[in-house]
Amino acid sequence: MIFTIAHKELKSMFSSPLAWVVLAFVQGVIAYVFIGSLNGFLIAQAQLARTPNAAGLTEIAIVPMFGVGQMLLLMSIPLLTMRLISEEKRNQTMAFLISAPISMTQIIVGKFLAMATFLFLILLLIACMALSVTAGGTIDSGLLIANLIGLFLLGISFAAIGIYISCLTTHPVVAAILSLAVFLGLWIINLASSNPESWLNVVSLLKRFEGFMNGFVGIADVAYFLVITCFFLVLSIRRLDSERLRA
Amino acid sequence: MTSSQALTLSASGLTRKYGNNIAAKNVSIDLYKGQIVGLLGPNGAGKSTTMKMITGNLAPSEGGVQICGIDLIEKPLDAKAKIGYLPEIPPVYKELRVDEYLTLAARLHRVASKKVSEAVNKAEERVGVTHMRRRLIGSLSKGYQQRVGIAQAIIHEPEVIILDEPTVGLDPNQILEIRDLIRQLGNEHSVILSTHILQEVEAICDRVQILHHGSVVFNDAISGLRQFRAGKTIQAGFRTPPDLVELQTALPDTVCSIVRNGVFRIQASSSEDPTSTIVRKSVECSWNLYELSGAQASVEEVFAELTKQSS
Repeated sequence: MIFTIAHKELKSMFSSPLAWVVLAFVQGVIAYVFIGSLNGFLIAQAQLARTPNAAGLTEIAIVPMFGVGQMLLLMSIPLLTMRLISEEKRNQTMAFLISAPISMTQIIVGKFLAMATFLFLILLLIACMALSVTAGGTIDSGLLIANLIGLFLLGISFAAIGIYISCLTTHPVVAAILSLAVFLGLWIINLASSNPESWLNVVSLLKRFEGFMNGFVGIADVAYFLVITCFFLVLSIRRLDSERLRA
Repeated sequence: MTSSQALTLSASGLTRKYGNNIAAKNVSIDLYKGQIVGLLGPNGAGKSTTMKMITGNLAPSEGGVQICGIDLIEKPLDAKAKIGYLPEIPPVYKELRVDEYLTLAARLHRVASKKVSEAVNKAEERVGVTHMRRRLIGSLSKGYQQRVGIAQAIIHEPEVIILDEPTVGLDPNQILEIRDLIRQLGNEHSVILSTHILQEVEAICDRVQILHHGSVVFNDAISGLRQFRAGKTIQAGFRTPPDLVELQTALPDTVCSIVRNGVFRIQASSSEDPTSTIVRKSVECSWNLYELSGAQASVEEVFAELTKQSS
């Protein structure tokens, strides 16, 4: 049942131009950054070869893609999650799902799974681009994988928050703007404090993601993203359940 | 309609409050296999609210629902598997094709994966959308969207079919077709449908429950409703008509009104049949009676009568 919902969601996503536009936009911007940094690497190559412990191909050409990738996800995920629940409510199709023999959990998890699949697709395209340099050089695959994991975890946290916000309203655009505001808030929250020990750094997504970009997959960071994801999925389920009671 | 037939749905004492506003009050419905029950009522009477509670879309404030003996609150998924529901607005995804949408509906309603395409074909055939199967639902007319909505409600051959105003937005031919379809469905399944059209209930239902301000004010077999409507109102035409005041004084136990020039609507306010009095008075005062028919009470009159009783 979960897969039936996910399948339906992906179908709806790709039958509108939005998903294609987002994919093209993300891919285009990342490709531009990739070519720019690859070019920079080629120019500085001779100099780097003489420097001991210099940054390698992966650090210079590939990691910047993920730096931009996180911002692109921050901007594009609200556009994809905005309609997931709010549009069902708006078009009265929620009754179709609720009167079918499936639980709220299956509905939410199915929709989340569709988003995760979409993210996986974006990451696959980025990974392909990164792997293309293996044609003429070697890459630090550990660093690449850490970055991929980091971006995926970041993406699913965004997706879960976005789905929850979509539950709160019947207007997709309101959901998109609200999600964007929340993501930006979580993103730059650490800027509010100069103290590195402050709790603001603990909840800041930016700080959490830095570790992955340096090739460090910390248990605490992974757990943080997973907890955020689960927390908002549970909130979404509770929210839909309570609507049946309150309406 | 004998009691030996299986009880497929039993809703008892359903009450739903929105704050201080009571949308449905102590509504009970019993539905047997092979039966069609009509929920009749003016707009805002609580028909949709009741249906939402029966289908698990809305939790009742009080009362419970059992589908084929399965409690909707304790085992919602098993109970919902036996229901097909068409809400007021057909719950279709405009970006999907008819085929895709019905396949989705079949899967969600636990149709075995081998039988999905067979079920889709059958449902399309029954509601007459086979020639539209490759079209996007968003490009279909309201009538066809409504049919697709009905198709998703019957695709898994549910025991109980719940249709909220199934003929709204259809043209007269389509209305007749859909009524035929509902009658057919009523043979094998049991159906609850809501409407505000009295004729529709009389045309297809076996039993009728009339809701007003959230409460059931009438609950009887369809013959009971006919009896209730008949014999109360008479339409009389005179060649040399009296004026309304004259007629009213001649017939003290009635309420008279003018339908058109020379034709009056005479409603008996007591149980006495005014027909013979009308004929006698007509001869006495030479009004030249030429038409006398037992008009059936209109839906408004039935509602007015029932709510007068209930209050």
